[in-house]
Amino acid sequence: MLNIGGLHQGVVIDHIVAGMAMDIYDYLELGKLDCCVAIIKNASSRKMGRKDIIKIEGPFALDLDTLAVLDPNITVNMIQDDTIVEKRKLRLPEKVTNILRCKNPRCITSIEQELPHVFRLTNPEKRVYRCAYCEQKYKESNK
Amino acid sequence: MRHVISPLDLTVEETDDILALAGKIMENPEKYAHACEGKKLATCFYEPSTRTRLSFEAAMLNLGGKTLGFHSADSCSASKGESVADTIRIISCYADICAMRHPKEGAPFVASQFSGIPVINAGDGGHNHPTQTLTDLLTISKLKGRLDNLTIGFCGDLKFGRTVHSLINAMVRYPGVKFVLISPDELRIPTYLREETLDARGISYKEVSRLDEVMPELDILYMTRVQKERFFNEEDYIRLKDSFILTKKKLENARDDMFILHPLPRVNEISVDVDTDPRAAFFRQAQYGVYARMALILTLLGLAGKEY
Ligand SMILES: [Zn+2]
Repeated sequence: MLNIGGLHQGVVIDHIVAGMAMDIYDYLELGKLDCCVAIIKNASSRKMGRKDIIKIEGPFALDLDTLAVLDPNITVNMIQDDTIVEKRKLRLPEKVTNILRCKNPRCITSIEQELPHVFRLTNPEKRVYRCAYCEQKYKESNK
Repeated sequence: MRHVISPLDLTVEETDDILALAGKIMENPEKYAHACEGKKLATCFYEPSTRTRLSFEAAMLNLGGKTLGFHSADSCSASKGESVADTIRIISCYADICAMRHPKEGAPFVASQFSGIPVINAGDGGHNHPTQTLTDLLTISKLKGRLDNLTIGFCGDLKFGRTVHSLINAMVRYPGVKFVLISPDELRIPTYLREETLDARGISYKEVSRLDEVMPELDILYMTRVQKERFFNEEDYIRLKDSFILTKKKLENARDDMFILHPLPRVNEISVDVDTDPRAAFFRQAQYGVYARMALILTLLGLAGKEY
């Protein structure tokens, strides 16, 4: 059973690769929230050895599907009255803007810095995103 | 506002309509000689490509329209750091339609998002070149009378050759099309094309490394250039290059109703003794290119169905 210590109502983002919590914090722009946000680093995990966890207090709509793009192993639990009321299934968004960056040196985004980096989901099963401009496949290793 | 950035931006129906219109223009060019009177085509070429530019300009002039534009990045404001978005906003004030060529992939797509006029991609790096694809489709359909139930051989550099990839993507939309892919091992079609297009659609194809052995099967032979710099070493290039050069001798096994296409310019992959063969269609292909562009310009300007 997940220890949700202290969180009465809110969201628990679990199974984050150890060390990645701050990146997720930035992607979700949690710094802009007024509510209580807890970051737990290097928690022990049977599955992963070590992991990070983020707990966010309060009911609100966050665009959590972005998390599925960043890391498919992340799990999201919605907490109400101290219990998990929903294990949120993350769906890969059709389109992501400024989450992934195109690394193709022949792409127009390589010379026009102000263009947003837009990727479209072209193969949901294989989790393939392609740049909206040059159509090059996004590769994790290029992160 | 309609733009054509990728060959697949046009549905099969739209493609067929454009090819049909091109056919009508070919039969009766006088009828269309004033169809674009008062209209202007801007050719925005951030890198030189004389052949493509002249083909677009000839197309617009044949329709009674006018052309303006720039022909290299030095002669336009890009050299002063202006973005594609700003340039197309300005061009939209001057012209009715734009053909854009750019060395960077996706630049015409960027333009289409900020444009007040239709944008045609006239080639963006090694990415898309939809009017080349339309030209190829028109050539095949005119020479063979159909686009379905054909066996099409692609020969040469199938790895980097964007015209090949685009034509394969366009042709798989017609029933009964088979491909014979003739290339050195190093230059086979990319995996994504094999998996996401050919295998995913259950298309019949085979990959071979000798042109002569498959010659009798082909309805169309699409030749491309094998560039020396694509090879890891000189010996491989010298060893392999002759297998991918078309000569009169190799044509002995070919059908009488087979046709040879090439996006041009050719270097040495088609020897000149082939030029006089009735099956050599690569110069006619350039003429078809003008008709294809005329039909596309008319369509994007909303003039396709009009009486002139
Ligand atoms: Zn890109």
